[in-house]
Amino acid sequence: MKARFSINSRNLPTLFTLGLFVIMFAVGSLSFPGFLSPQNFLNLFIDNSYLLILGVGMTFVIISGGIDLSVGSVLAFSTMLSSSLLEKSHWDPLLVIPVVLLAGVALGLFMGYIIQAFDLPPFIITLAGLYLARGLCYVVSIDTIGISNQFWQDAAHAQWNVIGQNFISPSVVIGAVVVIAGVFISRSTKFGRTVYAIGGNEQSAILMGLPVARTKVMIYGLSGFCSALAGIVFTFYTLSGYALNGKGMEMDAIATVVIGGTLLTGGVGGVFGTVFGVLVYGTIQILIVFQGTLNSWWTRIAIGFLVFLFCLLQRVFESRKVGKAKKPEAKVPAKSPS
Amino acid sequence: MSDKAPIVEMRKISKTFPGVRALSDVDFRLYMGEVHAIMGQNGAGKSTLVKVLTGVYKQDSGEVLLEGKPIKPDSPLAAQKLGINTVYQEVNLCLNLSVAENIFIGKEPMKLGRIDWKTMNRKAAEVLARLNITVDVTRTLSSYSIAVQQMVAIARVLDSSAKVLILDEPTSSLDDSEVEQLFKVIRKLRDEGLAILFITHFLDQTYQISDRITILKNGDFVGEYKTDQLPRIELITKMLGKELSEFSYSTNNEDKAKASAKARKDISAVLQVKNLGLEGSIEPFDLDLYQGDVLGLAGLLGSGRTETARLLFGIDSADQGDIFIKGKKSSISSPRHAMMAGIGFCSEDRKNEGIFAELSIRENIILALQARRGVLKYISMKKQLEIAEDLIKSLGIKTPSAASEAKQLSGGNQQKVMLARWLATNPIVLILDEPTRGIDVGAKLEIMEQILNLSREGLGVIFISSEFEEVLRCSTKISVLKDKAMIAELNGEEMTESGIMRTIAGGR
Repeated sequence: MKARFSINSRNLPTLFTLGLFVIMFAVGSLSFPGFLSPQNFLNLFIDNSYLLILGVGMTFVIISGGIDLSVGSVLAFSTMLSSSLLEKSHWDPLLVIPVVLLAGVALGLFMGYIIQAFDLPPFIITLAGLYLARGLCYVVSIDTIGISNQFWQDAAHAQWNVIGQNFISPSVVIGAVVVIAGVFISRSTKFGRTVYAIGGNEQSAILMGLPVARTKVMIYGLSGFCSALAGIVFTFYTLSGYALNGKGMEMDAIATVVIGGTLLTGGVGGVFGTVFGVLVYGTIQILIVFQGTLNSWWTRIAIGFLVFLFCLLQRVFESRKVGKAKKPEAKVPAKSPS
Repeated sequence: MSDKAPIVEMRKISKTFPGVRALSDVDFRLYMGEVHAIMGQNGAGKSTLVKVLTGVYKQDSGEVLLEGKPIKPDSPLAAQKLGINTVYQEVNLCLNLSVAENIFIGKEPMKLGRIDWKTMNRKAAEVLARLNITVDVTRTLSSYSIAVQQMVAIARVLDSSAKVLILDEPTSSLDDSEVEQLFKVIRKLRDEGLAILFITHFLDQTYQISDRITILKNGDFVGEYKTDQLPRIELITKMLGKELSEFSYSTNNEDKAKASAKARKDISAVLQVKNLGLEGSIEPFDLDLYQGDVLGLAGLLGSGRTETARLLFGIDSADQGDIFIKGKKSSISSPRHAMMAGIGFCSEDRKNEGIFAELSIRENIILALQARRGVLKYISMKKQLEIAEDLIKSLGIKTPSAASEAKQLSGGNQQKVMLARWLATNPIVLILDEPTRGIDVGAKLEIMEQILNLSREGLGVIFISSEFEEVLRCSTKISVLKDKAMIAELNGEEMTESGIMRTIAGGR
């Protein structure tokens, strides 16, 4: 009995988010006619796939005990870079995509290297990355760059039918692939498990002989990759590059990860949770749209409230767990015995 | 056993740190299939020796041989690769991962490019079964006790390449039954041929588990002995570096005892402690301190002296028992409470926990008083100077002025400043943890003189020192600690060095 509870307890925050999503969707369905439809559900993924992709990268960063504030700016930079390469330099789309992704990875690895090599707080270094990438956007162009490239146009307008007349977009497929890859990496690769170990106790991870330094750098590289990919997906919506894209989006990404049950202190959480975090986020948005009279800023208020709630829940959850474990406080830092 | 070649041999190891010779020409041999304990007082060089073996430090001279071949590990990881594994007191694992993962992370069984969780869980259960542990290996490590966590840490290093297992204070956080369980595992591993180096402060445990003991003192090699041929009293005398016959009676302690007995009739206890204890820190103890008493706490390293002080001053919160100050029950759950109740505490770690090196002597002295009165009740500069000058004079602090920075003072004078800080608050009880550590002989005598003066003026003093001589010189009575418990109180004629040592050796 005790054992069963405990296995579940690891997934408890995620289950809570799932429950929250189901309740919110049910409330919407009961309150608004037309809310409960397969397409409305699929729209959640269509409208938020870029956020989902950012969230997957951010999940790894946060599980490792770090934070990446640069993701919104890197997303903006990759919209600028791809639109500029496509429209001004007339590059082939199949070349643009890898170049943009590489740029994101390079920036992420660079930040990761600085964080690791000089033992600097991720908060500050990725804040610097935030400014750097945002500034680079204006180096590419001050004005909006519209994208008329055929490949992009196709990607933007394609609708693939699933379940009857309901459709998804290519972005959804990309998002799904990223989620599946994220789940696989986090659960079944040495890299993924090392990320958890670092988040649990970095010093122990080093003493256990894990490649902590390399992994930490790679985590930010992975987040950079996700940011760049999210930028490309973002241009599938907007068909333009604009230097002010994704302002404050790093906070949305962090919020969805936290709502998804990943601990900001690191070590606990997962990619699946983030998927539900994004779904909750999206549902709040469409609830407000359906409601009609509320300003869209209410989304922010609702998200803010949820983040508070989840942090509180995590604390309650943690203290319960500590209470269960056998008296860790007996290990008083008795310092060097006399 | 000794006809075989040792698996680890350390020859003439020397290591000097700035200002300290931590090890000089120390020899150490470890055989397969034995449990070897290293014993020594504070500063004996135990941990330095182990750290040389595990690659944390590099020796200045001497060599380390593993299976006859010289090795030079430059990090704990390098030592691990050679088969020298260490399990520390604070378990170095990841509490957020599952038990199985903690055993296998970094060397997970893989299948088709992915971690083979099924095999990993099965293997983990097998390894733990070898240690007589059955737990659900898929649960997170945080859901298990420290004892199980330690077993998991041992299981982690127990793969085929492990030759040497170093257990660094593994029993400090365990209760008796857990210790027994750990010992069973240690014996089993020993019988399977592993060489085990066991580090502990617990005398009883050393005798229970070890086959051989190496004793160090002040960085020197004292000797290597078979445990069953080394009586406890001899072990203690060797650790302290004296022969029993050399011990002299401390002077005039009969007078002291008489004085305190006489005083007791008309003076009430200033501090009484009933059944105070904290699991994992110190076993419940009683204590009576009368006005003018100097209670010495005597015991070996790790016996629980500092832990006692930490409980009394509220740094650690007791999980049972009561404290009475002047007959009134007081709940002391933080140093602030203790201070308000009239207890002062000079920490053994003067540099980090006591003196504020950058502040002036006056500021250092006023600190506790100001804290006690609250930030709002400012003490005028004139008054501050008055108090500081007064104490500087009465304690004989050698300084050009009260405005000098504390860091310019010698260790002994810094210690007096600490004393002055607490005296400024007019305490009822003063706890001094190793007040004479790291200061020269003259200053030691002065400090002890001051302590006696203070007690004559009616202060209750608790005096902690690892030097039995000092405890004897200062104290009117002595509580002897051993293995985290107060085992006896010595009065009058019992108060001799050999008396203390016999008490400790006598077992519980």
